[in-house]
Amino acid sequence: MNNFAESFSVSLRLVFLGDAELWAIVLLSLQVSLTAVILACLIGMPFGAMLAVTRFPGRRPLVVTVNALMGLPPVVVGLLVYLMLSNSGPLGVLQLLYTPSAMIIAQLILVAPIIAALTRQTVESLNEEYADQLRSLGVTHLRSVPTLLWDGRFSLATAVLAGFGRAIAEVGAVMIVGGNINHVTRVMTTTIALETSKGNLALALALGAILILIALAVNAAVTLLDAVSRQVSYV
Amino acid sequence: MFDRTMSTLHPEHSIRASHGLLSASDLTVTLDGKTLLDIPSIRIDAGGPTIVMGPNGAGKSLLLRLLHGLVLPSRGSIFMQGDPLDAKRRRRQAMVFQSPVILRRSVRANVEFALAAHGVPRARRRSEAIRLLTVAGLQDKARQSAPSLSGGERQKLTVVRALATRPEVLFLDEPTSNLDPASVMAIENLIMNASAEGTKIVLVTHDIGQAGRLGEDVLFLHQGRITEQTPLQAFTVSPKSQEAAAYLSGELLI
Repeated sequence: MNNFAESFSVSLRLVFLGDAELWAIVLLSLQVSLTAVILACLIGMPFGAMLAVTRFPGRRPLVVTVNALMGLPPVVVGLLVYLMLSNSGPLGVLQLLYTPSAMIIAQLILVAPIIAALTRQTVESLNEEYADQLRSLGVTHLRSVPTLLWDGRFSLATAVLAGFGRAIAEVGAVMIVGGNINHVTRVMTTTIALETSKGNLALALALGAILILIALAVNAAVTLLDAVSRQVSYV
Repeated sequence: MFDRTMSTLHPEHSIRASHGLLSASDLTVTLDGKTLLDIPSIRIDAGGPTIVMGPNGAGKSLLLRLLHGLVLPSRGSIFMQGDPLDAKRRRRQAMVFQSPVILRRSVRANVEFALAAHGVPRARRRSEAIRLLTVAGLQDKARQSAPSLSGGERQKLTVVRALATRPEVLFLDEPTSNLDPASVMAIENLIMNASAEGTKIVLVTHDIGQAGRLGEDVLFLHQGRITEQTPLQAFTVSPKSQEAAAYLSGELLI
């Protein structure tokens, strides 16, 4: 018990006194996850929106597949990315394994289906309401996509935050493709796993507290967005 | 309510009288083997508002959607001024739906969206939107969130938005159902002014009073068939068809 209390007090000191190593880890985690989420938005949003407004043979199985990919096991994604990026893999020539780029790729694969599936859901339901009106105004399917994405922006922001939540809390995939190399690929989740196994609870607790704070901030942002979307005075 | 500058917005109406403004022949819509609409021929001429009446399920909304190109007929073709109704001609029409479809943006942005969709340059959109909203008495709500408007204001906005596209034909599907008398009057004023400025109005309504205030002729539908197309006064005083007479006396069963 004393050990836990001591670790807790050291962890508070680490957080509030601005421990350089701790904040470098936090910064790298944010860098990797935010980059992955931005790339996932660039791919997932247009893809999800097109899936929502177009009709083609095989669309239904594709929707089911994208929905199923939301639950991809991170370690499996990590393993697949590892196989692709390892020296003997098809993308080995890029020499990305054990770099932040490899971690971004793994998180991108985990987050893009979440963004795409939630975008498809949001845009499809909005399109049911808008479709006749947009056609009446002469707006084509293709041109309706930006309109639907813009008008669904508050719901889509929730999807982005959900994707970010998944990315920042993920440990299995980044551990495999990043390697948890100190000062290179060590992020919050992998550090917590490592330091706990080493018995260094102070750093693990400090990072855990920051991770929980980030999760709370993401949830608060979702709630705030919901309130804003109801009350906002538009320009 | 619309000022005279509204007339400058309208394109020239070069109606080929021999074809009527809108026409169709051998028009049929079937769904799962059931015939929803069966119209051997229809012709709607330019001029005063045409009122489409008939009991629930008669096919009024479907007819409007067909004439506006939102639904394709199972058989037959629709013509505008004698030419097949294509995407280009559809852009000269506008429609107001029974349930107002409001974009999730400001009141002004709703009107600007319609202006943008019809190629009005960005520099002119804001002033044009404000001018149109002023005509409808919505200028004070220009920056307000459109979904937060009251039912009457929302429907007024959809009429203004439709008129912003300078349509030659404006279809309105029961635009005043469930609205209070003041909102009904405001929307009727917008419709009458648009009609006076040269826009052909095709309006679905169950309200005989509204038909009397706005209409010039009536098109009566029953079970997917047009049973009567006649001047409004003749329709209300002495309807030709039994169905129309039963409808007016409140005895028509679907």
